[in-house]
Amino acid sequence: MLDDITFIAKIAMKSSVAVCFAALGEIYAERSGVLNLGVEGMMLMGALAGVAAGSATGNPVLATLGGMAVGGLLALLHAFFAITLRVNQTLSGLALTILGAGLSSFLGRAYIGKAALRMKVYVVPYLSDIPVIGNIFFKQTPLVYLAYILVPLGAWLLFRTRLGLKIRAVGEDAASADAVGVNVAAIRYGCTVFGGCMAGLGGAYLSLAYTPGWKENMTMGQGWIAIAMVIFATWYPFRAFLGALLFGGLTALQFFFQATGVELIPVNVLRMFPYLATILVLIVVMRLDRTQGRGAAPAALGIPFSREG
Amino acid sequence: MLLLEKRHTRLKHQGLITAAIALGTALAAGAIVMAGYGANPFAAYAAMFKGALGSGFGLAEVVVKAIPLMLTGLAVALCATMLLWNIGCEGQFVMGGIGAAGAVMYLGPVLPQPLLLPAVILCGALCGALWALIPAYLRVWGNVSEILTTLLLNYVAIIAMEHLYFGPWRDPDGMGFPGTPLFPPTAMLPRFGDTRIHLGLIIALLLVVAFHYLLARSKWGFSVRIIGNGPKAAAYAGLNVSRQTLLVMAMSGALAGLAGMGEAAAIHYRLQEGFASGYGYDGIIVACLAALQPRLVPFCALLLGIFIVGGEQLATAMQLPSSISRILEGALLFGFLLSETICRYHIKWASKKTA
Repeated sequence: MLDDITFIAKIAMKSSVAVCFAALGEIYAERSGVLNLGVEGMMLMGALAGVAAGSATGNPVLATLGGMAVGGLLALLHAFFAITLRVNQTLSGLALTILGAGLSSFLGRAYIGKAALRMKVYVVPYLSDIPVIGNIFFKQTPLVYLAYILVPLGAWLLFRTRLGLKIRAVGEDAASADAVGVNVAAIRYGCTVFGGCMAGLGGAYLSLAYTPGWKENMTMGQGWIAIAMVIFATWYPFRAFLGALLFGGLTALQFFFQATGVELIPVNVLRMFPYLATILVLIVVMRLDRTQGRGAAPAALGIPFSREG
Repeated sequence: MLLLEKRHTRLKHQGLITAAIALGTALAAGAIVMAGYGANPFAAYAAMFKGALGSGFGLAEVVVKAIPLMLTGLAVALCATMLLWNIGCEGQFVMGGIGAAGAVMYLGPVLPQPLLLPAVILCGALCGALWALIPAYLRVWGNVSEILTTLLLNYVAIIAMEHLYFGPWRDPDGMGFPGTPLFPPTAMLPRFGDTRIHLGLIIALLLVVAFHYLLARSKWGFSVRIIGNGPKAAAYAGLNVSRQTLLVMAMSGALAGLAGMGEAAAIHYRLQEGFASGYGYDGIIVACLAALQPRLVPFCALLLGIFIVGGEQLATAMQLPSSISRILEGALLFGFLLSETICRYHIKWASKKTA
């Protein structure tokens, strides 16, 4: 029994990392006032870039950085349209997702079915000896440990530093931030590109560590789930980590039932769970919300800024 | 850095400028990608446009693709007129296919034969509408963003369809091939001549005309446009936004469902792998390019049809992945957004100066 729970928990942790990275990045973009619905497209391209850079260099670090760089580049495109050209951010993000999906499908043709770089599990000394917990959290691939570091770091930067204050100010009231000398465009560009790097990192995690290799549409909507988790998390990094774990847990249940051959629930119903549960948490968080549906969303989210008003 | 100044006069030939910039961006982006892939973009485009426009077969196929694109484009445009983003057309499309196949499975044996086709059409529309009502209801009752719910339900719909054609609805005579049984002739939408163009074309065009007049001339269309102007305007006019949200989303879902029904009852004659090929997402692009106006939807649907057929032809002619059409679509939408900015602002290049 305990073994089963440990097994599920370990896979849950492993399955939640991509959503966790992407959600953390999207929190930064949205906290600065930029809505980026291109996460799915950026993750797909990050996944492909990870495989491509991995097969070109054979180095997992460079492969990961490749995924991040491509995610960041795509986010730069969205940033240019959303911040400089002041277009409708919903549409720009959708365009980015369509473009990323198309590009990854087109360029990924060469990598389908090819043996890919695999990230090895790294057992953390001492910590992995802790009963149960060590098994769940400290016998994973290095990118999982990166998530343990980036989430608290991201929270600290956002709420405990001057830069974090600027980011939140720009997302709440760009005009006031501008009036006291904050460079609104620069902060927004930075946060949007950072968000893209994180989405790319999530994608690279999928194609390098989680299910090594390139498969068309391998993100399976995790980018969208990440965006939903940002709302569930009310724009707080730690809660996004929990939301990602929820997604990972439902994914792990599928594996568990498949591995043990228990047909309690039809396999296709299990496959629907992550999406339905995401909708469910959105409902719960919106019903609990007492602020007329704007929730804890940054007040300037999705609104382009210009001095002319 | 770039400076944007609001234009106070409308640009001349705005429509032409928009079309030119959007198309130019799409073709330029596609060329860059193909060149990077190691293919000659000019040869590729030549193959694409020759394949799509150079023969009767190609032209007919463009129209075939434009049928579902018209319906999903209309579906997205209708919602967007009211500031609702229906990104769930793909799922509603799949549900329309499920409705059509379900009608064949369960009503086929009991209904009088002449009534089967109308039942298939109605079930397709109904299933799409019901699927769209879920996010509509969540939006009205729980204030949940319909963008995310419609989109997440796409995945659920596709899994449901896979469940059906791999499981309970699987064709026993399918020789191991996963799919539902072939529709009987009485449930097939008639095709024109020896092309794959089908009755769905007439249905789609009639609906385009209907929604053009409804939105432009009717009291209901007026209220939809008022709500689209923002919640304040709607409240001031005393309109029931909730009821209208449910109604418009249901209509939108029905349109997307009809598109799926058409693909099931006139193209594939069954549900199978690859049934959900992205027409729902394409609808977003059709609606945007048509500036949310029903009367422009058919033309934009034809344009995207050319891209899709061209992509398929390119795959056979030059062994390039057909997903080039997706890249062109994404770039087309970016180009459209760029043209919007150009039409709205003077874009000036200014050196850094202290303001």
